[in-house]
Amino acid sequence: MKDQMQNLKERSRQFGQVWGEKVVKYKWPVLIGTLLLAMAFGSGGQMGFNSDYHVFFSEDNPQLLAYDGLQNKYTKDDNVLIVISPKDGDVFTRETLTAVEELTANSWQTPHSSRVDAITNFQYTRAVDDDLYVDDLIADAASKSDEELAELREIATTDPRLVKRLVNEDASVTAVNVTVRLPTQDNGESAEVAAYVREMVANLEAKYPNLETRLSGMVMMNSAFFEAANGDFMTLTPLMFLIVIITIFLTTRTLSGTFSTLLVIVLSIMTAMGFGAYMGIGLTPPSGAFINIILTLAVADSIHVLITVIQQMKKGMGKREAIIESLRLNFMPVFITSITTVIGFLSMNFSDSPPFRDLGNLTSVGMMAAFLYSTLTLPALLAILPVKVKARVPKEGKSPFLERLAEFVISRKRPVIIATSLFILISSVLVFKNELNDEFIKYFSKSVPFRADTDYISDNLTGIYTVEFSVGASEEGGINDPAYLNKLKEFEDWLYSKEEVVHVNAFTEVMEQVNKSMHGDDLSYYRMPDNREEAAQYLLLYEMSLPFGLDLNNQVNVDKSETRVIVTIENIPTQSMLAFSEEASNWLNENAPEYMQAEGVSSTMMFAHLSERQIMSMIRGTAIALLLISLVLGFAIRSGKFGLISLIPNITPVIAGLGMWALLYGYVNTGISIVFGMTLGIIVDDTVHFLSKYLRARRELGKSPEDAVRYAFSTVGQALLVTSFVLVAGFLVLAQSNFGLNSDMAKITVIIIAFALILDFLMLPALLMLSPTKRAQDVKEKKSQVQQKLQPAPAV
Amino acid sequence: MRRTILTLIGVAVAGFAMAQSPEEKGLEIAKAADKYDEGFGSSSTKLTMILTNKQGQESTRYMSNQTLELTTDGDKSLIVFNSPRDVKGTATLTYTHKEGSDDQWLYLPAVKRVKRISSDNKSGPFMGSEFAYEDLSSQEVEKYTYKFIKEEAINGVDTYVIERDPVDPKSGYARQLVWYNKENYRLEKMEFYDRKNALLKTLEYSNYNVYKEKHWRAGEMNMVNHQTGKKTKLIFEDYDFGLDLTADDFSQNSLRRASR
Repeated sequence: MKDQMQNLKERSRQFGQVWGEKVVKYKWPVLIGTLLLAMAFGSGGQMGFNSDYHVFFSEDNPQLLAYDGLQNKYTKDDNVLIVISPKDGDVFTRETLTAVEELTANSWQTPHSSRVDAITNFQYTRAVDDDLYVDDLIADAASKSDEELAELREIATTDPRLVKRLVNEDASVTAVNVTVRLPTQDNGESAEVAAYVREMVANLEAKYPNLETRLSGMVMMNSAFFEAANGDFMTLTPLMFLIVIITIFLTTRTLSGTFSTLLVIVLSIMTAMGFGAYMGIGLTPPSGAFINIILTLAVADSIHVLITVIQQMKKGMGKREAIIESLRLNFMPVFITSITTVIGFLSMNFSDSPPFRDLGNLTSVGMMAAFLYSTLTLPALLAILPVKVKARVPKEGKSPFLERLAEFVISRKRPVIIATSLFILISSVLVFKNELNDEFIKYFSKSVPFRADTDYISDNLTGIYTVEFSVGASEEGGINDPAYLNKLKEFEDWLYSKEEVVHVNAFTEVMEQVNKSMHGDDLSYYRMPDNREEAAQYLLLYEMSLPFGLDLNNQVNVDKSETRVIVTIENIPTQSMLAFSEEASNWLNENAPEYMQAEGVSSTMMFAHLSERQIMSMIRGTAIALLLISLVLGFAIRSGKFGLISLIPNITPVIAGLGMWALLYGYVNTGISIVFGMTLGIIVDDTVHFLSKYLRARRELGKSPEDAVRYAFSTVGQALLVTSFVLVAGFLVLAQSNFGLNSDMAKITVIIIAFALILDFLMLPALLMLSPTKRAQDVKEKKSQVQQKLQPAPAV
Repeated sequence: MRRTILTLIGVAVAGFAMAQSPEEKGLEIAKAADKYDEGFGSSSTKLTMILTNKQGQESTRYMSNQTLELTTDGDKSLIVFNSPRDVKGTATLTYTHKEGSDDQWLYLPAVKRVKRISSDNKSGPFMGSEFAYEDLSSQEVEKYTYKFIKEEAINGVDTYVIERDPVDPKSGYARQLVWYNKENYRLEKMEFYDRKNALLKTLEYSNYNVYKEKHWRAGEMNMVNHQTGKKTKLIFEDYDFGLDLTADDFSQNSLRRASR
């Protein structure tokens, strides 16, 4: 048994070398084989875009289920809000109202539309003797007199169902709301609707130059998601490629090396994409980021292999031998760092939000592929292509800066420990200053038209965020009970007393209006009917008078046992929204009968809950990733003690990053919550490299802790600087995304990677030197094992 | 020579007559159907309406209906709601007109008043169902323009398929497809297309019975809304054609009476 183990180790020691020899020997079959493999994946087809905002929610997400449940009772309300601002600042002119009438009529032609609401087709109720008139508020606007226009303005800007919803108080902005019914699985329907509306609105502006239009609503958001994902791909990816090419060329100064590395990256992305297509993963803005992330991370694998080849060749080794030597030295470290990176990304599977799971899995596949291609395709290609190395004096693997840094840490171990510990401590306090916030409008940068238009709408017309309550009555038909109606009115009044509330859309207003009209438009009857039968019969009469598409189905359920209250709220952080929603539920709890109790649901609420659910699940995911990565690390360096020490510079950058984030931005959203597991897998590489060099110096070369630190700095210091630079550059490019979840995720990753490098250069060596020295015998015992396990990573 | 010319003219005229346009043929069939059902006088029936939502939850309402046939103008009808409880006794009286909008009154027992509904909107849902008022009101020939589409056999019956477009601009539909039974002109099926010309609903007629030898009445009408997944079933029972109702039974006073 022991012999067997020994034998195994012996073999693994040779593994890298044998791998290298075989690759060089069978360079053509290896090259063609890997190309075929990538093409086999690549033939999986195209990954489709999935741009319905529902993709952010898992199928069993309780808030999604609750909102679906509510929408099933009433109507499913995806919408486009077309906002019209006349340049002369007055909506109530013959021209503008005619335009609104036209737009309303055309909006009915919108694909999948089920309802169109505007000030013109608002069903206005009035009474003449015993006749009840229910009709469009504004018809044939062109023929209206100035007096009539003034009267219409008065009606529209005072009716609670219109003002701050479809028209603002000073009648300078109005809106047409198009409700569409999209299938559960969006197959481009959102895009179809958005395209139709955009063309319709462009025509309107052309015909009426006095009008400015803006577009918002859930459909426009869906299409903004699509455009964000596409935009990242179109602009960020080429930029990232450029940066990668320049970086590789500057560090290696070989064309065939740069080309080979580029090929490895392209093949890795192709494989991941093919995997995505096979698995039917839809591209969303978050999952679409996998391309740029693979691009960034795959460089590191290749660069390690490539740089050693060049170094060895500069030392005078033949190309073939240099390649074999490079694989001998790099196979294990690249393998281990790939594994830890994959573990980090796989931890995203704990995310509550499917696009992030997809991102994790796609990147994991890409990283596994990158490992394979950089140890197969890359060396095979290098063996085939001519690699010219300028006969320069090889650069020493150290720089004056790193040397000074090493001396600095050595001479000031304790102050460094104290300073970094203090820094971490302060950061950890700051971490809790971050607030969870998923205001989904803010997912888009201000340069995205959807964001700009939506901001305009919240500034000038109404709010964008809503909370909905389905308030039940005691029984079928119970909504006609005056007791129910009056309590609902009380609830509405309470809602209006809250300063964050912009508008409340409740059934009570219909009842009040109808009751008034049934009593000859006597204003004193603008209240609930006296008894249930009266209310029910008025409602029947009113409903029979409504036109197609403007029924009460969106407000009252079929049984007439529940009504829907839609509260529009101001732009406030999602935590405040959750607090508001809970306060409203509590109000019903304390003031209304049990059957009237309701929880706030809506797409806004779904997003508001998302980061919280996400954080909880990601804490679990990160913990498991941390455990697994530590195991891999402990196995790799063959030491429990150093494994434990290595945890410190791996966990602390996340804390420092979050602390810094609190100072810079102060909020955490769904995108940020996923980075911990992911960055852990990335930053652990720095530690692996540094620690392995340190241990090699201690165990094999018998150096003192101080000298071992000097050795580690001189051998891997610059390599770590370069790889960190590539990572920072890559994520900085991703940070330019117009999609906030991606740019925030990238920004905090940049911060964490930077901190990781700093802490690996300062805290880690100080910790190593201060930790109790092992007995010499112990060190000797470990010596042989270490040698086998970890071949040194190359210095640049 | 002269003979030949005459023959040619004769053939041309005959050919012209034969080559009836689809519009003419459509109108002809609609008129024939109207004619076929002429002379039923008056009828009464009990109605059960079962609403089913997407999740399969049901809700039932009961009403009764009386119809008086008029040849000079559209038919008159009176519907009394028996449930839900809150609207029991509420009754509507409708005078359909061949041209222009219909007249409609509603009697509200809670306030003991008759209210006239002065709305041109007849396309909203009837009692929360998938039927619009316009689907249920008397189908006067003049309310549509017609176009013959094809002949088709459905459910083992030979039918004419006619497209008809509502004349009323306030209609909720761009067009309808109607399947007339070739033999007795009874309706077998209808499809309703919304204003953007997307299929909205399908109505199927079943359990036909014949009254007074030639008047076919469906015992069941099933409406399915394809866009919402909701359904409504109408069940007609106890048809009575022997009441000999008169105009007096369809006055505003009769509304109050019927309510009791």
